[in-house]
Amino acid sequence: MYPYIPNTPEDEKQMLEAIGVDSIDELFKDIPESVRLNRELNLHPSMSELEVSRYLTKLSQMNKSVNQLTCFLGAGAYDHYIPAVVGHITSISEFYTSYTPYQAEISQGTLQYIFEYQTLICNLTGMDVSNASLYDGGTAIAEAAYMAANVTRRNQIIISKTVNPQYRQILHTYAHLQGLEIIEIDEEGGVTNLEELKKQISDKTAAVIVQNPNFFGIIEDLKATEEIVHSQKKTLFIASMNPISLGILKKPADLGVDIVVGEGQPLGVPLQFGGPYLGFIATKKQFMRKLPGRIVGQTEDLDGKRGFVLTLQAREQHIRREKATSNICSNQGINTLAAVVYLVTLGKKGLREVATQAAQKAHYAFKQITKSGKFKPLFDKPFFMEFAVTSHVSPEEINNKLLGENILGGYDLGKDYPQYKNGILYAVTEKRTKEEIDKLSSVLEGII
Amino acid sequence: MRKYDKLIFELSKPGRKAYRLPKLDVEEVKLDELIPSEYINEEELELPEVSEVDIIRHYTNLANKNYGVDTGFYPLGSCTMKYNPKINEDMAGLDGFRNIHPLQPEDTVQGALRLMYELDQALCEISGMDKMTLQPAAGAHGELTGLALIKAYHEHRGDTKRTKIIVPDSAHGTNPASAKVAGFDIIEIKSTEEGLVDIESLKAALSDEIAGLMLTNPNTLGLFEREIVEIAELVHDAGGLLYYDGANANAILGKVRPGDMGFDVVHFNLHKTFSTPHGGGGPGAGPVGVKKILLDYLPTPTVEKDGDRYYLNYDIPHSVGRMKDFYGHFSILVRAYTYILTMGKDGLNRVSDIAVLNANYLASKLKEHYNLAEDTIYKHEFVMAGLKGDLSEVTTLDVAKRLLDYGYHPPTIYFPLIVQEALMTEPTESESKETLDEFADILIKIAEEAKNKPELLKDAPRNTSLRRLDEAKAARNPILKYEG
Repeated sequence: MYPYIPNTPEDEKQMLEAIGVDSIDELFKDIPESVRLNRELNLHPSMSELEVSRYLTKLSQMNKSVNQLTCFLGAGAYDHYIPAVVGHITSISEFYTSYTPYQAEISQGTLQYIFEYQTLICNLTGMDVSNASLYDGGTAIAEAAYMAANVTRRNQIIISKTVNPQYRQILHTYAHLQGLEIIEIDEEGGVTNLEELKKQISDKTAAVIVQNPNFFGIIEDLKATEEIVHSQKKTLFIASMNPISLGILKKPADLGVDIVVGEGQPLGVPLQFGGPYLGFIATKKQFMRKLPGRIVGQTEDLDGKRGFVLTLQAREQHIRREKATSNICSNQGINTLAAVVYLVTLGKKGLREVATQAAQKAHYAFKQITKSGKFKPLFDKPFFMEFAVTSHVSPEEINNKLLGENILGGYDLGKDYPQYKNGILYAVTEKRTKEEIDKLSSVLEGII
Repeated sequence: MRKYDKLIFELSKPGRKAYRLPKLDVEEVKLDELIPSEYINEEELELPEVSEVDIIRHYTNLANKNYGVDTGFYPLGSCTMKYNPKINEDMAGLDGFRNIHPLQPEDTVQGALRLMYELDQALCEISGMDKMTLQPAAGAHGELTGLALIKAYHEHRGDTKRTKIIVPDSAHGTNPASAKVAGFDIIEIKSTEEGLVDIESLKAALSDEIAGLMLTNPNTLGLFEREIVEIAELVHDAGGLLYYDGANANAILGKVRPGDMGFDVVHFNLHKTFSTPHGGGGPGAGPVGVKKILLDYLPTPTVEKDGDRYYLNYDIPHSVGRMKDFYGHFSILVRAYTYILTMGKDGLNRVSDIAVLNANYLASKLKEHYNLAEDTIYKHEFVMAGLKGDLSEVTTLDVAKRLLDYGYHPPTIYFPLIVQEALMTEPTESESKETLDEFADILIKIAEEAKNKPELLKDAPRNTSLRRLDEAKAARNPILKYEG
C-alpha cells in the first residue's frame, strides 16, 4: 500500500468484479503488445518519507543559500524581504490545491484575488487593464511583442540592448517562430541610444521595447523615448518595469507607455533558483481584447450579488483554438496571490519605503565601493538599486574571493556585453544592512 | 463566513499598516539628489492601508470560498487533480532550494543542478526519450517548445515546405493554439465514430508539407489509440515528426512509453502526472523530452554532468534559443522529483493501475444513467455524453451546477468538443472506492432529479457562497479592476 493510493486489495477485487474483468492487466489490453514496456522502469524502488527527506535535504545542503551568503547579486532576480504573511496565505490548501477557476461558484477565492491583483497592477502602472499574469518577465516581453504585431499588423520589433539579455534571447526565439524581425538598438553610456532608435524606427515598426530601470540598473529617459516611438503613428511603446521601482518612479502610463510588462518576482516570490516567478502585463483599454492569458471580470449572481468570473474568453484557446490571441491556458496562480499579499501588506507607504531604502542603500554601496578609485563607475547615469563598476581584476576572481567571505558577488557583465569586460553589476535591496555593505566594500578594497 | 464579500480595498483605512522595516541604517540622502526629480512619482501610491490581522482574515475568508483537492473529490477530466503530497511542499521549502539565486556560481548550487539532472534522467526513463529540457513553464509552453524543435529540425534540413501541423479534432485546445503561435498552419482531422484517429483522414492529410502530428495518447476521450504504431509509421514515412501531449500520461506510467510508441518529442505536465499543485491556475511545469534526432535543437541551457560535477550547458549547436527566464520552474521540479522518489518504479506503475481501475469502475456504475459506450475499456478518464433519455431541458451545465450543491467539483464540461453535452471525468488514483461510490450515487440521484424535479438542477447551485454568475454580463460590460 502507498500513502496516496487508498484502495485496498479487497476494494480492487470488488471493483474488478463490478467492471466485469478478472485483472487490472485486462484494462490495459488495448495497448498493442509490440509497444508495451513489459519490464519495470529503471528507477529506484519507492521510498518512505524519511528516506526521501533525508536524500533531498542532503542535496539541498550542497547548495549555499542567500541565508548563508550575503546576496549582492540581482540581474533579474532579487533578494527582497518577504513578509511572513505571504507564505502563510499561499500555503492555505484551498488556494494552492485548486485548479483554474472554471466553476466560478466554488472558486470565488481565486477569482477575487486575481481581480485584486489586476487592480493592484493597474494602480501601480497607471494602466487600464491587466491580465491574471504570465509565466515570467521574459516571456511577458515576447507575448507583448506578439500582441503588438497583432494590433498593428506589422512584423518588426525594435528592442534596446539595455533590456535584460535573457529577455532578448527569449524574444529572438519567439520572434523566429512567427517570422517577426527583431532590431536591437545599441546602448551608449548604459542607456538606449536614442539617435539610433530615431534612425531605425519606421512605419514598419510594430513596437519599441525598453526596460526601466534597465539591465544596468539605470533609469532610462522614457519620456524622450516615447516621443520618438510615437512619432510613428501606430507604433506601440512597450516597457518592462521593475515593480519595486514603481514605489518611487513615475507610472509608465503617465509616460505614454502602451504595454507595460515586467518580472513580478520582487513582489514576495522567493528566489528558488529562477522559478517559478510571475510576469505581469497591462495595457490601455483599447487593446484589452488583444491581451494574452486569463482575465477576471466582475459580475453578479442570480440574486444580484457581486461575484467574479473568468471573462473575455473569446480570446482564449479553449474557445478559439487556433484563432486564440495566445496558447497560454494558465496564469501563475499561487505566485499571483503572493504578489497580491505582498503589495497589500506593504501598502501605500511600504512599497515606497522599500524602494527608497533600496535606492538609498544602493547609492551608499556605490559610494563606498568607488570611493578609493580602485573600482570605477562604469556609467555616470542615475540608477535605482543596481549599479555597475569596473576594475582591472576579472569578475571571476573578485567573486571567488567574495565567496570566500560568504558574499555572493555581482553579475559579470562581460558575459553579455564584451565591451564591458571586467564590469560587475551589483544589486542592493532594502534587506542589506550597512554592516553588510561595509564588509562588501572592505573585502573589495582588499582584493585590488 | 462564506457570506464574506469584501474586497481588500474596501478594508483600507488611512494610517493602518501591516509591515515594519528596520530603520534606514545608512546616511539618508534626499531622494531627488539620488534620482532626478523628473523621474520621481510625487503622488501617493494607490495601494490599500490595512493591518496584518485584516489581511489574514480577508484571505482566510476568501479561501473558504474556494474548493481544492484537499477539500474533496475533483474529477476534472484531462487535469489529473490527484492529491498533492505535503512532503513535496516541505522539500521545495528547504532553505537550500528555496533561497538560491539562479545566477550563483555553479559550485554553490551543485545540489540543485544534480536534482535537475536526476529528474531529467528519471523523466527520460519514464517517457522513453533521450534528453529533457526542464525549461517549459506549463503544458502549453511545453507544446510551444516542442513545436519550435520540430520547426528547427525541418529548417535545418532545408525542408522549408513543411508548414503544417496535423491535430485531431479531439485534441486539447492548446494543441492548435500552440501550433498557430509556433507559426504553423493547422490541419484538423476527424475522429472515427469511436473517437480514435481516423487512419484514412490521416493518410489524406499527409504530404510533404506536413511538419508533424500532435497526439494525446490515451486521447481526451480516455481511449488508447490502438493504431499508434501505424500512425507513427505513416507520419514518419511522410517525413513528419510526432509530438506527444503528455496531459494524459497518468494512464501509462510503467505500462508504455511515448518513445517506444514512436513519438519524437514529448511534454509532461508535472502538475498533473507528478502531483505538483495546480495553485489555482499555476505555476506548473511542462518539461519536454526528445529523441536523439532533436538533441541539437534543445533550448539552452541544459543540465549536464562531467565526472562528479554538474553544470549548465549553453553549447548546443543549433539550439532554438531560450524559451524562458533561467532554467524553468525549479521549485515545481523539486516537488515532482520528490514524488518520483517517493513512488519509485513500483509506485508509479501502481498509480496507473489504480487511475485506470478507478475510471473504469466509475464508468461502469454510471453507464445506465449517462450516455456512455458499452463495453469500452477506458484509460484514466471517460467522457459521458450527458444524461440518458430525452431530457432536452436539462443540460450538462445544470448537472455540473447541481454537483456543486452536493459538495463536489464537477467533471470537465463541454470538452472534448466532439462529444455532445460532454462530462469528462477523471477520478485519479487518489480516490477510494467509497468516494467513487458516493460520487456515483450522487450523479445517479441527479439523473433522477433531472427527470422528476428538473428545477433543482436549473436552479443550482443553492448551497454555494454565490448562485450562478452572469458570464455574459461580465463580457459585455468588462469590469476588470476595482474602481472604488
